[in-house]
Amino acid sequence: MTDLTVSPPVLELRDVSVCYRMRGRAVPVLSRVSLSLGKGEVYGLVGESGSGKSTVALAVQRVLPSNGYVSGGQALVNGRDVATLDRAALRQMRARDVAMVFQDPGRALNPSLTIGRQLAEVFEILGSAGGEALRRAEAMLERVRISAPARVMERYPHQLSGGMQQRVVIAMALAKDPSLLILDEPTTGLDATIEAEILDLVDTLRREFGASILFISHNLGAIAGLCDRVGVLYAGRLVEEGPVRPLFRAPRHPYTVGLLRCLPRPGLRKNLAPLDTIPGFPPAPGSIVAGCVFAPRCGLADETCRTVDPPQVALGEGRVSRCHHHDRVGSLVHEAVRAMPAAQPAEHANGTPVLELASLSKTYGTAPYAVHALRDVSLRLMPGQTLGLVGESGSGKSTLAHALLGLIAPDAGGRMALDGAVLAPEVRRRAPEQIKTLQIVFQNPDSALNRSHTVRRLIGRAVTRLGGLAGALREAQVTRLLEAVRLTARQLTARPRQLSGGMKQRVAVARAFAGNPRLVVCDEPTSALDVSVQAAILNLLAELQAERQVAYLLISHDLGVVRYLSDAIAVLYLGRLLEVGPAANVLDGPHHPYTEALLSAAPSVTGERSGRIRLTGAIPSGINPPSGCLFHTRCPRRFGPICETEEPPFVADSAGHAIRCHLPREKLGRSMAALPA
Amino acid sequence: MTDSVPVAEPSLPVIPAPAPAERRGRGILGVLLRSPGFLVGAVILLFWTTCALFAPSFVPYDPYADDLLNTLQPPSVEHWFGTDQLGRDVFSRVLVGARDILTIAPLATIVGTVAGTAIGLITGYFGGWVDAVVGRLLEVMLSLPLIIVALLVLVALGPSTPTVVVVVGLVFAPLVARTVRAAVLTERHLDYVAAAAVRGEGAPYIMVAEILPNILPPIIVEATVRLGYAIFTIASLSFLGFGVQPPSPDWGLSIAENYGVLVGGYWWTVVFDTIATASLIVGVNLVAESLQRALAE
Repeated sequence: MTDLTVSPPVLELRDVSVCYRMRGRAVPVLSRVSLSLGKGEVYGLVGESGSGKSTVALAVQRVLPSNGYVSGGQALVNGRDVATLDRAALRQMRARDVAMVFQDPGRALNPSLTIGRQLAEVFEILGSAGGEALRRAEAMLERVRISAPARVMERYPHQLSGGMQQRVVIAMALAKDPSLLILDEPTTGLDATIEAEILDLVDTLRREFGASILFISHNLGAIAGLCDRVGVLYAGRLVEEGPVRPLFRAPRHPYTVGLLRCLPRPGLRKNLAPLDTIPGFPPAPGSIVAGCVFAPRCGLADETCRTVDPPQVALGEGRVSRCHHHDRVGSLVHEAVRAMPAAQPAEHANGTPVLELASLSKTYGTAPYAVHALRDVSLRLMPGQTLGLVGESGSGKSTLAHALLGLIAPDAGGRMALDGAVLAPEVRRRAPEQIKTLQIVFQNPDSALNRSHTVRRLIGRAVTRLGGLAGALREAQVTRLLEAVRLTARQLTARPRQLSGGMKQRVAVARAFAGNPRLVVCDEPTSALDVSVQAAILNLLAELQAERQVAYLLISHDLGVVRYLSDAIAVLYLGRLLEVGPAANVLDGPHHPYTEALLSAAPSVTGERSGRIRLTGAIPSGINPPSGCLFHTRCPRRFGPICETEEPPFVADSAGHAIRCHLPREKLGRSMAALPA
Repeated sequence: MTDSVPVAEPSLPVIPAPAPAERRGRGILGVLLRSPGFLVGAVILLFWTTCALFAPSFVPYDPYADDLLNTLQPPSVEHWFGTDQLGRDVFSRVLVGARDILTIAPLATIVGTVAGTAIGLITGYFGGWVDAVVGRLLEVMLSLPLIIVALLVLVALGPSTPTVVVVVGLVFAPLVARTVRAAVLTERHLDYVAAAAVRGEGAPYIMVAEILPNILPPIIVEATVRLGYAIFTIASLSFLGFGVQPPSPDWGLSIAENYGVLVGGYWWTVVFDTIATASLIVGVNLVAESLQRALAE
């Protein structure tokens, strides 16, 4: 770390408060946030949605939305107060000193300009002539580890993958050699392996460029692996700050403790213990809170907390906590101490599987442009169990779910069976009993719940269709379902926009359970949710499963989520199953090299990603898939020509753990990450 | 903390929720009432609607009564807007003349909106060849001048009020369908449509109960815009003799009956009907524009 006393901080916020004017009222979004960022330092700002973390980034560059304004304090970039800059100086600052990378790279790039053109533009603004600018653009692409930059220069944004796009955006940001780089959730929309790549890239570049980085994220793992210092933002207040390792190892604010405990940790499984949650909700923006803003949700809160706003307490070693009881947070009781229902499935080993897929394939288009979204997938799922389906985007996870639900028709030749009965490819041809048996919880409740219907109608319609109930019976069932997902009758008349993200997802879960399903497809059920809400939804799913013996097909890119809920795990790559087996066996190993890479890519809050296996190259296109083993183009364990010519056999061991790899099992990797903590 | 429910307390305040459905409604109304354009438009519309409903009971003269001794009198204290070729009171005729246009135009708009919404929902929802075939047909219709199409059909079928309503309505349907289809396309890919399909809902239910409520705002705007055009089109048809038939005091018809004497300097027989038509169209357009802006906010 650089000595902060020599040069002025690159970024300094002094008691910055920001308000948004809404309906004629000033709603405070940030209140008295102070932080400083030394030269070459990486500062992680973590918080859940609505905590104000993106507002910090906007305020620094003076690009708040038109109804937002800084109501107090100063933001200094390189020692100069941003608020006092005139037009030219502000433009200068944005052009040279501060660069920003947003969450969605697809929207940050101009779709009608080639990559080369847009990147060269940055150098032209900085004063390079045309040819020179293009040369420098190409060199820049090379620095963000894009292979064949000359070819990429001629492409348009939509021709690049998400990870490539984000690299280009980072290249554009770094092109001006900024002293401050702001990354606002730069990996949120990306797959785990791509996310790990981007984080690696940022980590390397910070050394090469010496830029200070403000890294904004809700992903604690990403922050732990990358940042020097971290600030935790809650309801617009910086509640804790400090060097990343000690802070995550021994947090000194109850909110940080809660956040860390919410994460599904290795070794924690649904039948062992529920995940911790943070009870309650963050205060509504603009509500007036006497005392500590976290007090209503805090296990340590006492009379002082409810009346006196805690001061920032310096704890030494650069750590600061805004808590009256920072010395007692270690004694916080685990929020969720609950006996798990002992109903442990014994019938499952034999008996009829609730779901059986045999040689399921799906091809889009016709040869030679056919895309094989699913190739010969065979899976079994026992009642009351969870099958986790893992893979990067484009691996065919969603295609599988949609085929199962009857939204797309798979190729002829495959077979789907539900409780032993053949499942027709189209919903219309399915028996009502089958429709009722098989339901789904979508990723994003905002999209999955009709915004013009009330909760009563959303759940009631499902009860009518799937449960076949009407009138008072229907109403009673709706109430029962609401209770099952821990909502109350008060929410019956609410429309989705009146509910928080977690509540919306609960409504979606209630709807899926309306007809007492035996199998629910959970398509990334928590990836649109905040960490603390995610834990509550995972607990809910686990409880419902234990109570009702429902089976889940869990699609997720978050291995923590999969690990917590799954009894079995299947790994898909380019539509092909590479590994299937009981969860413990898949997680502990021996692994397929691809699974091994996925597992090692998952960032953990301990910040130890040293054993990472790096996958090189992009996911091959489904139109022109690699010969032999589909994974050989990216495989770190490729050992000979056989990988390129011959598709490996799918060999299972006695436990039913199957791996599609030419390497003998004893040579395959084993994971340390999956061992109980 | 040994409570067995580890999830967030549902009894805690959610997002402060004063029945936002109403709140949204009130919000839009609030925006509208603060918009001067809307207020002017609304006053104009209110005035003409009142005339259409009640004018016969308060106008000074019978709008149909000839007075052959007092033909083509200029505006005076007895006859504020003068009299026409048959000596009928122009003032009374203009006020009562709102009646036909304000019956036919809204009906035609409703026909057009309903038909267009149905077409738009079906083409947008099913897509594929349905969309391709119907879409091309609509484009063919849109490429012809509306008034010519309407005229041809009216010539073929003979003018009568129901025919005018249906013909003008159907001529407008493709325009509404285009707007609705675009709105359906954005909704169709949302998961709530998939969720309904997974529950085994049929296409009609999904289109009407699931998608339609979410695309009402653009439909309402489109309908108001169409109303303005409907008034214009029907006035033109009446002027050409294919719309409202004599002896109605309809504005378009009156202009047609009297514009021959305009060269003689009897301007009052035409000018007031023209102003009436123009003001009604302006009023509708002002409301439509404000509505569009308010819903976009």
